[in-house]
Amino acid sequence: MSSVRVLVGTRKGAFILSADGKRKDWTVSGPFFAGWEIYHMKGSPVNPDRIYVSQSSGWFGQILQRSDDGGKTWQQPGLQPGEPAMPAFPDKAPNRFVYDTSDASGKELTTHQWYDGTQHPWEFKRVWHLEPCLTDAEAVYAGVEDAALFQSKDGGGSWQELSGLRGHGTGPKWQPGAGGMCLHTILLDPVHAGRMYIAISAAGAFRTDDGGATWKPINRGLKSNFMPDPSAEVGHCVHHVAMHPARPQVLYMQKHWDVMRSDDAGENWYEVSGNLPTDFGFVIDVHAHEPETVYVVPIKSDSEHFPLDGALKVYRSRTGGNEWEALTKGLPQKDCYVNVLRDAMAVDQMEKCGVYFGTTGGQVYASPDGGETWSAIVHDLPAVLSVEVQTLA
Amino acid sequence: MIQVVLPYHLRNLAQAEGDVMLDVPAPVTLARVLDVLEQLYPMLRGTIREYETGKRRAFLRFFACAEDWSHEPMDKPLPEAVAQGREPLLVVGAIAGG
Repeated sequence: MSSVRVLVGTRKGAFILSADGKRKDWTVSGPFFAGWEIYHMKGSPVNPDRIYVSQSSGWFGQILQRSDDGGKTWQQPGLQPGEPAMPAFPDKAPNRFVYDTSDASGKELTTHQWYDGTQHPWEFKRVWHLEPCLTDAEAVYAGVEDAALFQSKDGGGSWQELSGLRGHGTGPKWQPGAGGMCLHTILLDPVHAGRMYIAISAAGAFRTDDGGATWKPINRGLKSNFMPDPSAEVGHCVHHVAMHPARPQVLYMQKHWDVMRSDDAGENWYEVSGNLPTDFGFVIDVHAHEPETVYVVPIKSDSEHFPLDGALKVYRSRTGGNEWEALTKGLPQKDCYVNVLRDAMAVDQMEKCGVYFGTTGGQVYASPDGGETWSAIVHDLPAVLSVEVQTLA
Repeated sequence: MIQVVLPYHLRNLAQAEGDVMLDVPAPVTLARVLDVLEQLYPMLRGTIREYETGKRRAFLRFFACAEDWSHEPMDKPLPEAVAQGREPLLVVGAIAGG
């Protein structure tokens, strides 16, 4: 029987929740890297026992961890004791994320817009999202704050910036959202070689068709009233973007406000908020087997980051947006004031698609039936930053 | 031997039990201590000094012999008591949140 492994990143460590295909009885392991912020952890689709983890701290900076045995043991890939230290600091290290400003492949390190509209230096802070390659277990992408995209081809042992994104010209107009100027979404197109999508808060969505060398903003149709020009090319606070791998030209977006959809690889977006009670939120995801079935968790507003009326509701559309139904069975319907952050929802690949999400209150909810019923796998973890699911043979 | 006291999280990251003892060639400076520390414990690279600049990370401080060395030049010799191993060099996380 297949099984699932839920990878949970929290403010104070990582956890792995495991169950067989029934997804009823769960084993909880962790905390791993206790006390550190785990913004994201994700397994390789090529080798599911390989799991990459972003471990960070405001004090000690960024660490990159990797497991090759499904989370039993961990290592910082590529480190060899006894290598020359500073001043001959190594060019390659698993936690060395240095913006590429070289003449050969880099771009000038510009400034970006600060909260008050002034310009501010670009500074690396942390890795928000790790996206393992679809075809090569050694290859993985990292989305970082301040916004940029890095690539590793040696299992996370070293990183090179794909500087065409940061340096493509609109950088001085990008600005941080409340959580920082983060590159939080990386979607790899399984059909069109070299195509990938990324999203930055608050710059918007971008697409490359040449493996990351060149990028174009794909924000036509988005409107953001916090900008002088609400329809500007960049500056939009995109919270998350989701895609079904069988139909990679169709994208779903949870923006700061508005749930959006594109049918042409991001060239044009239109609103599909429909009958949602509020279209502010962070997460959005797509059913594993139904490309028109989409999930969001509406949050009251950008000023009050908790569910409307203290009732936690997942909304599902089976029509690709516009027509939404509330899914509440098993979820708290009173006195609930948690948030669900942008990378904290995922689906499994089981025949009956499982849906999972984590909250800032430390609950991880699972639905083994596509959202019809929910139960909490765990109630009391630290605030959940990210949730990913692996479906294992 | 130079005695270095690391903060809890860095001690765990380095898988070091207790304080770290280092053989550092004279003159014993902050830079030389960190060079040897990062050579023996490469997992600590980037956690005390920034990769790009080599500067101390903003939320870390260095104390020695009850004095704050956080803003002293990295190549300034540390107190004799530290160089002789009678006093430790403390790497301390700044108090900023919890």
